Amino acid sequence: MGQRSHWPRYRGVALLAGVAAGPVAAEYAINLAPPATAIARQIYDLHTMVLWICFGIFLVVFLPMFYAIWRHRKSLGHQAHRFHEHPMLEMAWTAAPAVILVVMAIPTTKVVLAMKDTAASDISIKVTGRQWKWEYEYLGQDLKFISSSATPQAQIDNQAAKGEHYLLEVDRPLVVPTGQKVRLVFTAEDVIHSWWVPALGVKQDAVPGFIRDAWFTIDTPGTYRGQCAELCGVGHGFMPIVVEAVPPAQYAAWMTEQKTQLAAAKSSAEKEFALAELVAQGEKVYVANCAACHQASGAGIPGTFPALDGSPVVTGPPAAHLERVFKGRAGTAMQPFGKQLSDLEIAAVISYERNSWHNKTGDGVQPSVVAALRASLGK
Amino acid sequence: MEEVLHAPHHEEHPSGLMRWVTTTNHKDIGTLYLWFSLSMFLFAGSLAMLIRAELFQPGLQLVNPAVFNQLTAMHGLIMIFGAIMPAFVGFANWQVPLMIGAPDMAFPRLNNWSFWLLPVAATLLLSSFFAPGGAMAAGWTMYPPLFIQGGISYDMTILAIHILGLSSIMGAINIIVTILNLRAPGMTLMKMPLFVWTWLITAYLLVAVMPVLASVITMLLTDRHFGTHFFNAGGGGDPVMFQHIFWFFGHPEVYIMILPAFGIVSTIIPTFARKKLFGYTSMVWAVASIAFLSFIVWAHHMFTTGMPVAGQLFFMYSTMLIAIPTGVKVFNWVATLWRGSLTFETPMLFAIAVVCLFTIGGFSGVVLALVPVDIQLQDTYYVVAHFHYVLFSGAAMSIMGGIYYWLPKWTGHLYDETLGKWHFWLTAIAFNVTFFPMHFLGLAGMPRRIPDYALQFADFNMISSLGAFVLGLAQLLFMYTVIKCIRGGQPAGDKPWDGADSLEWTLSSPPPYHSFNTPPRVD
Amino acid sequence: MSEHASGYYVPPPSHWPIVGSFALLGLASGFILLLAKVAAGPWIMALGAGLLIFMLIGWFGSVIRENQAGLLEGKVDSSFRWGMVWFIFSEVMFFAGFFGALFYARNIAVPWLAQAQLLWPGYAGTWPTAGPALTDPFTPMAAWGIPAINTLILLSSGATVTWAHWGMKLERRWQLKAGLILTIALGLLFLSLQIHEYGEAAFTIRTGIYGATFFMLTGFHGLHVTLGAIMLSVITGRVFAGHFNSRHHFGFEAVAWYWHFVDVVWLMLFVFVYWL
Repeated sequence: MGQRSHWPRYRGVALLAGVAAGPVAAEYAINLAPPATAIARQIYDLHTMVLWICFGIFLVVFLPMFYAIWRHRKSLGHQAHRFHEHPMLEMAWTAAPAVILVVMAIPTTKVVLAMKDTAASDISIKVTGRQWKWEYEYLGQDLKFISSSATPQAQIDNQAAKGEHYLLEVDRPLVVPTGQKVRLVFTAEDVIHSWWVPALGVKQDAVPGFIRDAWFTIDTPGTYRGQCAELCGVGHGFMPIVVEAVPPAQYAAWMTEQKTQLAAAKSSAEKEFALAELVAQGEKVYVANCAACHQASGAGIPGTFPALDGSPVVTGPPAAHLERVFKGRAGTAMQPFGKQLSDLEIAAVISYERNSWHNKTGDGVQPSVVAALRASLGK
Repeated sequence: MEEVLHAPHHEEHPSGLMRWVTTTNHKDIGTLYLWFSLSMFLFAGSLAMLIRAELFQPGLQLVNPAVFNQLTAMHGLIMIFGAIMPAFVGFANWQVPLMIGAPDMAFPRLNNWSFWLLPVAATLLLSSFFAPGGAMAAGWTMYPPLFIQGGISYDMTILAIHILGLSSIMGAINIIVTILNLRAPGMTLMKMPLFVWTWLITAYLLVAVMPVLASVITMLLTDRHFGTHFFNAGGGGDPVMFQHIFWFFGHPEVYIMILPAFGIVSTIIPTFARKKLFGYTSMVWAVASIAFLSFIVWAHHMFTTGMPVAGQLFFMYSTMLIAIPTGVKVFNWVATLWRGSLTFETPMLFAIAVVCLFTIGGFSGVVLALVPVDIQLQDTYYVVAHFHYVLFSGAAMSIMGGIYYWLPKWTGHLYDETLGKWHFWLTAIAFNVTFFPMHFLGLAGMPRRIPDYALQFADFNMISSLGAFVLGLAQLLFMYTVIKCIRGGQPAGDKPWDGADSLEWTLSSPPPYHSFNTPPRVD
Repeated sequence: MSEHASGYYVPPPSHWPIVGSFALLGLASGFILLLAKVAAGPWIMALGAGLLIFMLIGWFGSVIRENQAGLLEGKVDSSFRWGMVWFIFSEVMFFAGFFGALFYARNIAVPWLAQAQLLWPGYAGTWPTAGPALTDPFTPMAAWGIPAINTLILLSSGATVTWAHWGMKLERRWQLKAGLILTIALGLLFLSLQIHEYGEAAFTIRTGIYGATFFMLTGFHGLHVTLGAIMLSVITGRVFAGHFNSRHHFGFEAVAWYWHFVDVVWLMLFVFVYWL
């Protein structure tokens, strides 16, 4: 049913007819995203129903108005009539909207109740919003990782052509199995964020210090993209979400692979690294985690985010530098990166900062030192 | 019959700057409010031009994200508190005493202070752009914990809002007392022009909710500097608590911004239809119901925060209920037009556009009221479309219509009708080009408050920005037309609009400095 | 234009409001500089505060003079009555915001934190609490000591101001004066006991949500009691100066209403902050 019709440039003019013609005819860019869950489909249908009702009311109310504008003009010699009330009509047009609203409320209530039913889920994933990335933890699986935007800064700065999934791509997507009820448990580390994937029909605020939850069951394998939906600072537009739904067997295989990689990373962090290697790795960590505030040039934003280039903390004793990165700085946007990054990543980014721009300390920090600090803090 | 008492030598009011600084005259103060509002409208509008310029194309071209967030937050804050609210207070000052046959406001000196507090607040807000870290950038809604992270400009913003609140509360008390106490003999409440009714009810809303805003921003201040844990979970507080208290203010606030607009439209349409307003009694009841209901819908701004399902359902139902009295008003306006004898001077064009376009905003509000749909649309450009339809084509365009309607009375000159019509059509068309596509952007998944966006949103953003530039330029034409009318034009006479019937049209144009020294007798 | 004994008085142009605006600009800027740790901050604040007091004396002085000249009778008097009523209503709504915070924190935020065992394992969420992260025990304010005494003190002061009002209406000046002085004395006694309690408190405003709501509510209440006591003193001064008679004493009534409002807020505080 329906086919991709050729839209004129000003699609808005044909919106209502096009949208109401059915989900297949509606392009992504005009209507809600093609639904990938039953809930998303119900939301889509509710919206279509309300849109039709509103369109109908619009016609009923404004056709008489436009008729009056056309026919009841003084310039046509039309004289003003003298009525200014009509109790029966007024009661009717008070009661009719009420009935229409009740008609809308009944199916809507059912969907509200369904959306809140997070019981009897198959897997649970804890989602933590941070400035400006998402952290996913598969509860009961000992798997936790950070998912950051993978769009290169050069594309944002118009230095390079923008990729197809500009601002909607991440380094490590959230992988989930199809056909299983996935319960998400949300919180945040710093400010309120909001996890939103339109195709799944899920949007939930992530509130620091509190737990919220939501659920979805995805029918079809695919890649579903979303964005943060609550203003959270300068990186609000740059913390996308990518959900990859794969068949359960593939999901199990992926899970095993992740755990293997994790074990490998842990053991590699115990060895000693050359400074150059740390600095090279550190640059990647810096771009993904630090550059948003401290800038690629290390110059920061005066008055808001301090410069690292020439900073006394960065060029001073490594222990103090490590403490600052690991523990963050309370009351500011500088987060405790000890909670987000691995020992190797922290060692690398510190080594990078200490040897970049005009900083030439010639020293760095080994992952084992970071591990020792982590152990001493009991984290 | 009571006559107005003035101190001796009162006729010689000061001239020049001191006249405007010390005036206790409601007409002067109304004029001050309107000029202030126009200047804030142009400033906040310029911020919007910068926003739309950055959003013209994907990628960051003009400003960095930190500056972009300042632009969006301050655009909203200044438009609401600097442009829309003062404009309506300016109308109230000019028109309420005239329409009820009162000599002035109940507290003329307090009235002066209500105005002169505004430049103090504006100084704090505008200079905050130059504070270290730039202006407040957490949205006009100021949610913690993000708000707690900000620099000194955030405290400047809090203090500015306190001062604005003080101005509004004093102004609202003034209006309530004036309307309840100073009506001319024979003008019962149910004989008052509807504009006066809308302001009476708006004033009650102001007195009730502005103090609540004051309390919650004080909590932000103490969380920022005095170690309190109102909004910090570790200390037993809750960031969402801010949202509850803020929106308890915030929702009535949007009705504060629209009820006077309803009053203006209810004045203009009967005039140019040459027919009494249809259903006066039900209009009064509708405004009162809207005001009452506005106190129990606030959490519809918070459907995604994770409230229990009972809360979502309650607020969904109460929000849908508000559609009923609002719809009644629209029907009454259409019924006023029906079988009238219509002419289409500029005020009437604006009033009709308000009715149509505000209704579209109302429809998108009903869509947003449905919780499941709101889950998809909350914090997207759909919301931006919704509130610009109700606030620009609802509130701002009714202000423009009201200005054209009453400028002849205030100045004694007719405005240039051709220019007025040009301004109207440019504004109405450009407005729709700017904001209608935003419905699609929201549906398609574009979040709000982002400086850069994914590629599938590019086309509509470009269209929207082009519309915005035309819309902005059109307001320069508005300013030109207004100033031209003030400086001169065809003499207006007492009653340039033959269909007008409230008390101000019995006075000369412009009215005497002191009017209704002897209250008129109203039958 | 003739003058009538009863007419609506429209004041002449006045410079007091703009003085007030400069005062608030000074207070606000000074406070901002204080927060920014600029040395001039407190000085500018003091200047602003001084200017504000100057304005209040000047402006109210004008109103008192106009009243004494008989200009503010009839409809102006009823305007002032309505105005005072709505001003007190706005003050009630200001406190409502803080009471709302207390209610939300106790009934929603804290229980939900206790449910979030994934984040706050072991947090029980019983009131009073300083939150799941501030686990050092503290002793909350007990209701049935000095706070209960303060309740009696304020209730009595409500009685004494009413007694003074009767003195006003029955033209018994001594009763009026005695009643006012007693009321002020009781108010000051209340304040000194509160200050003592603040000093003795085993917690601060930083002690989690309990400390925040406790000190915010009682602190703003104390501020209002102070303002009320100042206003009562001004009225007392006017009484001694021979102002007011049994038929016209709105200034007295307005302050008495304010005092009763302060009393009612205290009762709410006692029940919801101290007791329950």
